[in-house]
Amino acid sequence: MIGESVLRLEDQPLLRGEGRFVADINLPHQLHMRIVRSQVAHGTIESIDAAEALAVPGVAAVWTGADVAAIPPIDFRQVGADQMVPYRQPILAQDRVRYVGEPVAAVFAVDPYVAEDGAEAVVVEVSGLAPLLDAAGPLGDFDGRLDTEAYVFTEKTGDVDGAFGRAEHVLEADFSVGRHTGVPLECRGAVAVHHRSTGTLEFLGAAKVPFQNRDALARMLGLPPSGVVLREAHVGGGFGVRGELYPEDVLVALAALRLGRPVKWIEDRQEHLVAANHSRDQRYRLRVATDASGVVEGLEVEFVSDQGAYVRTHGATVATLAAAMLPGPYRIPNYRVTGRVRLSNKTPAGTYRAPGRYESTFVRERALDAVAAALGIDRAEIRRRNLIGSEEMPFERGVDALGTPVVYDSGQYEMMLDRVMAHIDYRALTDSLAERRANGELVGLGLGFFVEKSGLGPFAGSRIEVDPAGRVTVTTGEASVGQGFETVMAQICAETLAVDLDKVSVVHGQTDQMSYGMGAFASRATVMAGTATHAASVALRRRAIEVAAEMLEASPDDLELVDGAVRVVGSPTQAVSLGAIASSLGPASPHVQDRPGLVTEEWYTTSHMNYPYGLHAGVVALDPDTGSVGIERYVIAYDIGRAINPMLVEGQIVGGAAQGFGGALFEDFSYDEIGQPLVTTFMDYLMPTAAEMPELEILLSEDAPSPLNPLGVKGAGEGGTNACGAVIASAVDDALGRPGAVCSLPLTPERLHTLCRSGGAASRV
Amino acid sequence: MKPAAFEYHAPRTLEEALGLLHEHQDEAKVLAGGQSLVPAMNFRLARPSVLVDIAHLPDLDRIEATEPGSVTVGARVRHLDLEHNTIGGPLGSLFALTGRWVGHYPIRVRGTFGGSLAHADPAAEWCALACALDAEIHCRSASGSRSVGAGDFFEQMAFTTCLEPDELLVGVRLPELSDSCGVGMAEFARRWGDFAIVLAVTAVERDGDSIAGARIALGGVAGGPVRASNAEAALAGRPATAGTVAAAAAAAAEEVDPTGDIHGSADYRRDLVRAMVTRALDQALK
Ligand SMILES: Cc1cc2nc3c(=O)[nH]c(=O)nc-3n(C[C@H](O)[C@H](O)[C@H](O)COP(=O)(O)OP(=O)(O)OC[C@H]3O[C@@H](n4cnc5c(N)ncnc54)[C@H](O)[C@@H]3O)c2cc1C
Repeated sequence: MIGESVLRLEDQPLLRGEGRFVADINLPHQLHMRIVRSQVAHGTIESIDAAEALAVPGVAAVWTGADVAAIPPIDFRQVGADQMVPYRQPILAQDRVRYVGEPVAAVFAVDPYVAEDGAEAVVVEVSGLAPLLDAAGPLGDFDGRLDTEAYVFTEKTGDVDGAFGRAEHVLEADFSVGRHTGVPLECRGAVAVHHRSTGTLEFLGAAKVPFQNRDALARMLGLPPSGVVLREAHVGGGFGVRGELYPEDVLVALAALRLGRPVKWIEDRQEHLVAANHSRDQRYRLRVATDASGVVEGLEVEFVSDQGAYVRTHGATVATLAAAMLPGPYRIPNYRVTGRVRLSNKTPAGTYRAPGRYESTFVRERALDAVAAALGIDRAEIRRRNLIGSEEMPFERGVDALGTPVVYDSGQYEMMLDRVMAHIDYRALTDSLAERRANGELVGLGLGFFVEKSGLGPFAGSRIEVDPAGRVTVTTGEASVGQGFETVMAQICAETLAVDLDKVSVVHGQTDQMSYGMGAFASRATVMAGTATHAASVALRRRAIEVAAEMLEASPDDLELVDGAVRVVGSPTQAVSLGAIASSLGPASPHVQDRPGLVTEEWYTTSHMNYPYGLHAGVVALDPDTGSVGIERYVIAYDIGRAINPMLVEGQIVGGAAQGFGGALFEDFSYDEIGQPLVTTFMDYLMPTAAEMPELEILLSEDAPSPLNPLGVKGAGEGGTNACGAVIASAVDDALGRPGAVCSLPLTPERLHTLCRSGGAASRV
Repeated sequence: MKPAAFEYHAPRTLEEALGLLHEHQDEAKVLAGGQSLVPAMNFRLARPSVLVDIAHLPDLDRIEATEPGSVTVGARVRHLDLEHNTIGGPLGSLFALTGRWVGHYPIRVRGTFGGSLAHADPAAEWCALACALDAEIHCRSASGSRSVGAGDFFEQMAFTTCLEPDELLVGVRLPELSDSCGVGMAEFARRWGDFAIVLAVTAVERDGDSIAGARIALGGVAGGPVRASNAEAALAGRPATAGTVAAAAAAAAEEVDPTGDIHGSADYRRDLVRAMVTRALDQALK
């Protein structure tokens, strides 16, 4: 069953329309919250007049910053640092507003329509301050005391200056990646209720990291963690964005406590595009030192991450990952990187699928292409010369990410290059493209190699319990954002316990069902919860056989677990079902050892991530009249050690690639000169649709299982996205016959059109 | 994104509908397919206090040859029915060619021809088609009826027509095109189904190897649909060659005066006019 593309358990209720998303949850007497958002990018709040809003029939309360001044700002969940603390976001603006969309007041009313009427009637007066929109430009003022540089860090390994001193060639280049983000089909939302009978605050509609958010909410609201219960419902996509703790979540919880009624908030799309985390938006300057053969000896990088108006839950995660993962699959012995997390008057930023890696892969692969062009070396060959060899694994990068040293656990990079070269018939393909170009077509090939990271620790737990009917429940504190988590956990459990898949239920994201949990991010859920579930299944199997041995008066060595029952080898009628074993384990049963019931719980802990890797190759055809890029062919090779369910892995890759193409060609949060967002609806935020997607050719491999867990599995969530920007840029360069022409993303039709018209070899975009 | 409160009426007769519009004047809005109005209400960009739903009015959902040489399209004929019309001839082809560019399938199922013209998005395909063919637009109000040529119907300001608040667009009369007429349609949008950045609708009357006359309308380059009259002049009486097409496309790019937005600057739109006119003419001359 592990390794089989079984259909998703999740799809039954979803396809029948029986899914339960947060918007489907309604509680008696609930109030609806509507947020009044800043219309100004930067300014001082002069006054907020809620009188007219309070007069709207059905409006129960209106809060402004003053009402929540005692609630601390939202803390970092990841990569925090003392110097970033002052830049955290309050749940309602206190005296300054710092981006269009910032919550300045909250209106609570009997239905969402009235709440919106009330919100319209709130009068906010702001006296404008000059907005800062170019994070890479001069620093600005944050609060009268601090400037807008929240965090600066340097990571280094080897002797970079020495490498540049010895270098045969030194190359410099600037690159940038635009502002875009994950836009899940389901917007954010929350329903909170304070159960006076038990004193518990229940928060429904949590996602991604329910346990961490429970702890944060409890801290902010002055409650014990055991008095707050978060529940995950169905979640319509996460992508890094959904499920973080945002101001609106805290407001909903606080309002349920204070107003004594359930409170519901469902974000609309226009809010989502200005209020949920943006991402990417980084600018790089690179220096590359190589020897005569194009081997990169030294790399020096400076970059600025435009964090937007506040530092949110991710702290400096994106910048840290960009820095740590930038060298990718190449040896690059001497590396120094300085990252700057800077604020601007735009929507705050956080992680988005392949955070920091989409950007740094673009930059690194552009740099490799530049070296290839400068030295007259083939683009595949330059990569081959720099790849880390399989004999060098595990490979210590010499830098840290997310508090753990980056050590590539396993990888057969050259084998992957060979496989892709053979699949696309590289020589023949490049020849045929050259011939088409000679006939006037603008067609080209791009390559992008990368290393991903997955399976972030430090722990995940899994409890497996069998009930008297033989039904198996897997409970974990991990989460599902719609990726097929239940199916994968069930597959791992069902295989080990030899039961049918539909006998297994999976509980996740309920903070009262498990004592600890982390969640669904960093391509970690299958690796971490999967490993814990595997361990718990193995333990349960052992326990079942042990008890059955007592029940059947047989030796455990003569027993086997088949079709949900333990039986005597060679004598199948002498058997007890898992359900019967569970029945026999009541609290007073003589079979009981540590605890009653047929139940096991295992925790997997690790301080290391593991590192899947991949190679994208794409062929594009440009239309010089319009500047549009057609993707003729796109190949994604990805090695994740072991695919529990190849269909789900392919789904991850296809969806991920769509988002990668979005960032390369379509999606861009632009602002005008006074900081007004120009992209606040789906008329302007252009995500690729099925019509824009090429047929993908996916080459899944299992050449390099992870030695860090018994299944050998690595995470699959982000490899589809990672190299899309790099590959499109490389292919466009190739089509134009102008290496280095594309230095920034997204490559909109207008920009490409300009590039096509400005024939000069030096012109760049 | 919840609309402000409104009153909803679903009249069963034209008279009743016109009466409601007359009574409520600019407080009222006609609801046709709702594919433009409802989003605008959800954004609270439109906040009519009265909606007059024309979905149940008889007779407005027909495509008819009312008199020889012309076809009348009822106001609430759906985009999809025009795309799959049975009109035949070059006019039928032009509707089919053009219709497939209007939004996405579900939008074409609901949205109406009359709604598109009344909404008057500067990049709407049907508006450009009506403009190219000098359609005659029939309007009714409680106090009477009138017919307005497309040239006068669209004001050169986005989303603005000569319709009075109490007027209902009831139908549109289009000339049938002769069999020697070729038609073409070209559009560039960032994604399939998006509103055009620039589009061109053409109808070219052939006279053997030369061009007797041509109609070219453009969308996305002004406040409303516009005719490229210099380009039309550059075609009339000329041989049907690539050179003639190139000259006409250049003339079209020259005569428009677009403004830019985040999807395309003025210069870019001008270049797109050249490309789209070329493509639409090539198609018409095939
Ligand atoms: C995602 C999306 C993509 C789209 N893409 C395109 C596109 O590419 N090209 C395109 O052309 N359109 C596009 N549209 C708009 C669509 O074609 C609409 O159907 C059309 O613009 C309006 O027609 P409707 O029948 O839906 O009118 P409604 O939305 O009901 O009304 C629109 C306006 O016209 C008025 N009105 C409607 N009918 C009459 C009448 N008979 N008399 C007087 N006034 C009337 C209404 O009062 C309202 O002001 C898109 C819409 C969406 C949601």
